Amino acid sequence: MSIKVLIPTPLRPYAGKQSIVEVTAQTVGDALSNLVAQHPDLRKHLFSEDGKLRSFVNVYLNDEDIRYLSKDATPVKETDIVSIVPSVAGGI
Amino acid sequence: MALKIPGALFDQLRQHGEATYPHECCGVLVGEFDEAGGKAVKTVVQCGNTRTDSPANRYHISPSELVRIQREALLAGHDIVGFYHSHPDHPAKWSATDLAEAHWTGCSYVITSIEKGRAVLTNSFLLLGQEETKHLEDEALEVIEK
Repeated sequence: MSIKVLIPTPLRPYAGKQSIVEVTAQTVGDALSNLVAQHPDLRKHLFSEDGKLRSFVNVYLNDEDIRYLSKDATPVKETDIVSIVPSVAGGI
Repeated sequence: MALKIPGALFDQLRQHGEATYPHECCGVLVGEFDEAGGKAVKTVVQCGNTRTDSPANRYHISPSELVRIQREALLAGHDIVGFYHSHPDHPAKWSATDLAEAHWTGCSYVITSIEKGRAVLTNSFLLLGQEETKHLEDEALEVIEK
């Protein structure tokens, strides 16, 4: 099925300057794999060399962090939105 | 290239830092990127600081808040253009921690020094480069008064 992936500002240069990319997927993992297949330059910005999501990259299925769902195996449906949000933190 | 912000919104983010003193405040700047590489802030979204373990010198915005803000911004035809936070009794200058935790390349990081409860200086910094080469550069901050 086709679902939407929201691309955050810093990653749009690697996604054809798009803020929303449609991908075909059955799971969140499929969605990210297909996203990177469409836009290979995204790979190193999303994943470390061991193939895992970089620690500061948060992936949400609608309003839920996939870490607390089934991670890559989290199933998706037609109206779902996958959001990629790098973390925001800092301090003195 | 500059970060343009209406006076009322500039005051709002500074006052947020005064309200949370002696803790750090944080929030999101929503607006538009222009073709010249500048940014115009349309909305300031106050966020909670999830670093309740160390709020006087650390901030973190919940990703779930970011997801909601990003989605609502896109629906409104806007974008996340930057973030702001405060430095209680500390200069309005990015720290090593600020840089290490900055990942939104192309966005502005606005910092306000709050001295003894009062907002003093507000500076903006632009995050450039990729994760391995990232750096923060001084960015012009234009406050637009009506």
